Amino acid sequence: MELAIHAEGLRKRYGDFEALRGLSLSVPAGQVLGVLGPNGAGKTTTVRILSTLLTPDAGFARVAGFDVVKQRKDVQRAIGLTGQYAAVDEQLSGRENLVMIGMLQRFSRKQAKLRADELLHQFDLVEAGTRPSGKYSGGMRRRLDLAASLINQPSVLFLDEPTTGLDPASRQTLWAIIRKQVAAGVTCLLTTQYLEEADQLADRIVVVDKGQIIAEGTADQLKDQVGGARLDVTVGDPAQQTMAAHTLSGVTAAQPTLAEDGRGVSVQLTRGMTDVAEAAVALQRSGIPVVDFAVRRPSLDDVFLSLTGQNRASDEQSAAAPERSPA
Amino acid sequence: MSTAVVDGVVCVERHLRHLIRTPGKLVNAVLLPMIFALLFGLLFGSVIEVPNGGYEEFIMAGIFVQGVMTAVPNSAVGAVEDLRNGLIDRFRSLPMSNSAVLIGRTVGDMVLRALSCVAMAGVGLAIGWRVHTSFLEVAAGFALLLFFGFTVAWVGALIGLSVGNAETAASVPSVLLMPVMFLSNAFIPLTGLPDWLRVVAEWNPLSAIVGACRELWGNPSASNSGSFPTENPVLLSVVWMVAILAVVAPLAVRKYQTAAAG
Repeated sequence: MELAIHAEGLRKRYGDFEALRGLSLSVPAGQVLGVLGPNGAGKTTTVRILSTLLTPDAGFARVAGFDVVKQRKDVQRAIGLTGQYAAVDEQLSGRENLVMIGMLQRFSRKQAKLRADELLHQFDLVEAGTRPSGKYSGGMRRRLDLAASLINQPSVLFLDEPTTGLDPASRQTLWAIIRKQVAAGVTCLLTTQYLEEADQLADRIVVVDKGQIIAEGTADQLKDQVGGARLDVTVGDPAQQTMAAHTLSGVTAAQPTLAEDGRGVSVQLTRGMTDVAEAAVALQRSGIPVVDFAVRRPSLDDVFLSLTGQNRASDEQSAAAPERSPA
Repeated sequence: MSTAVVDGVVCVERHLRHLIRTPGKLVNAVLLPMIFALLFGLLFGSVIEVPNGGYEEFIMAGIFVQGVMTAVPNSAVGAVEDLRNGLIDRFRSLPMSNSAVLIGRTVGDMVLRALSCVAMAGVGLAIGWRVHTSFLEVAAGFALLLFFGFTVAWVGALIGLSVGNAETAASVPSVLLMPVMFLSNAFIPLTGLPDWLRVVAEWNPLSAIVGACRELWGNPSASNSGSFPTENPVLLSVVWMVAILAVVAPLAVRKYQTAAAG
C-alpha cells in the first residue's frame, strides 16, 4: 500500500518541554487519519513538522513521497494546510486572497484568477468574493481558508482543528467539503479535540498524549479496546444513586461508576444481554425508581478519557503539561 | 520571471492594497509628520538659533527623518498581525521565497514613506524651508530618506517577529528610538553640547542621515566641529544603513523562518 504520509520517530523539544517523544505514524494514500489528543499532546507540533513549518530534532518524515526536511519545496507544492487560525488576509477580499495564494503556489496570474473563481463558486463565496474577508463570518472565513489550502489541488491535506470555534451548521458544511476532497482521492491528516469529528471523518484514529501515540485503530476498534457496551442507569432520587450502584454490582462483574450529576450509574457489560436482564430484574426487586435505563456502545469520549486518563495516572509528575506547545 | 521576483511582486502588491484599504494608516503616516513639521518649525523656530541659516531650513531634515521612522512601529505591528492570525504559517507552507513576505512589507512601506515625504515637503515649503542645490542632489537626498525608511522597516519587522505581541511591538520602537532621536542633530545644533555627548551624537546613525539630507539640500548643518561624521554625512549614512541592513535583514528572515503563530 502506498503511503502518502510516513513519519518515523519524530522528536521535538522546546526548552524543557518535550513536545514529541518519538512519534511515528503513517497514512495510506486516499485515507483520512484522525489525530486525537488533549491540549499540549503534540498534535500541532506533528502537523507543523509534516507541513514543513518546523524541523524535527530527530526522526524523519515523508509526505507525498518527499522528505519534509530535504525536499521542502516539493512537499509544499503537494500539500494544503489549514491551521488552527483561519489564515486569511483580512484586508484583502476573498478573491484577492485566493489569487495571491495561487500566484505564490506558482500559478500565472491568469491561472490563479481562474482557479480563484472556481473555488469561490465551489465554496459558495461568489457574492462575498469581492468584500474584504475581515467582514466575513467565522464559517465563511474558515471556508475561504480551506479554499486557499486547496488552490494547488493538493494530494495531501493537513487540517489542524479545522472546525474549532464554529457553529454546528458551519461545522457540517466544512465536513461536507472535507468528505468531498477525500472522495476525490485526497489524503487527509486531521487533528481534532472533537471526538465526533474524528468519528465522522476518519478512517483510522491515533490517540496522542505527551508526544507519543498511545492507541491506534478504527473508531470501532478503539471503542472495543475500552471494553464492550455499557449500561447507563439514571435514578430519580439522588439519594439512591449509591444504592443503585450497589444493586448493580451484585449482578455485573465490572465495578459500576457513579456519574457526577449525582443520579447516573454506569457499568460495563461483560456478559451482554445476560447482564442487562439481570440488572433490570435486580433494580426492579430493589424498588429503586429508575428514570432511564440504556445500553450504549462506548463513545470516543470514553476511549479518549480512559486512555489519556491511564496515561496521566502512570506519570503523575508531568501533570502540568503546557496548554499549547510554546514555539 | 524567477520565482523570487514573482513572490516579491505579489507581496508588495498585497501591501499596496492594504494602503488603499486602510485610510487610518495614511493619516498616521502623512498627517502626523505634517503636524510635526508645523509645530516644530513654528515653535522651535522662534527660540532655537542655528549658525548660518534659519531654523526652518535646519529642522526640516530632522522632521523628514522622524516622519520616516514611523516605518518602525508600523512594520513591527504589521508583522505581529501576520504572525498572530496565522498568515505567516500559511505563507511558510507555500513553495515561495523565504524573504518575499518581509520584502513585500518593507518595499510596500516605502510607498507610504514617499507619500509622507511629499506631504512634509509641502508643509516645509509653506513654513519657509527651501533647497539650494541641483535637482539631482535634492533627489539624492530623498532617495537616501527612502532607503533609510526601507532599512528601519526591516528593523521594525525584526522587532515585531521577536516580540510577537501587538502592544509591545507598538511601544518598543518608541522606547528604543526616542533617545536615539533626541541624541542626534535632528532638532538641535550640536555645537553647544559637551564634547563627549557631541561625539556620541555625531556618530549616531540618525545624525548621519539627517546631516546627509542637509548637505544634499544645501541646508544649514548642525555642527562645524570638522570631525569625520560631520564632514562626510552622506558616506557615513550609506555605510550605516548598509551595515544595519546587513545585520537586521538576515536576522528578520531567520525569525520569519522559525516563526509560529499562537
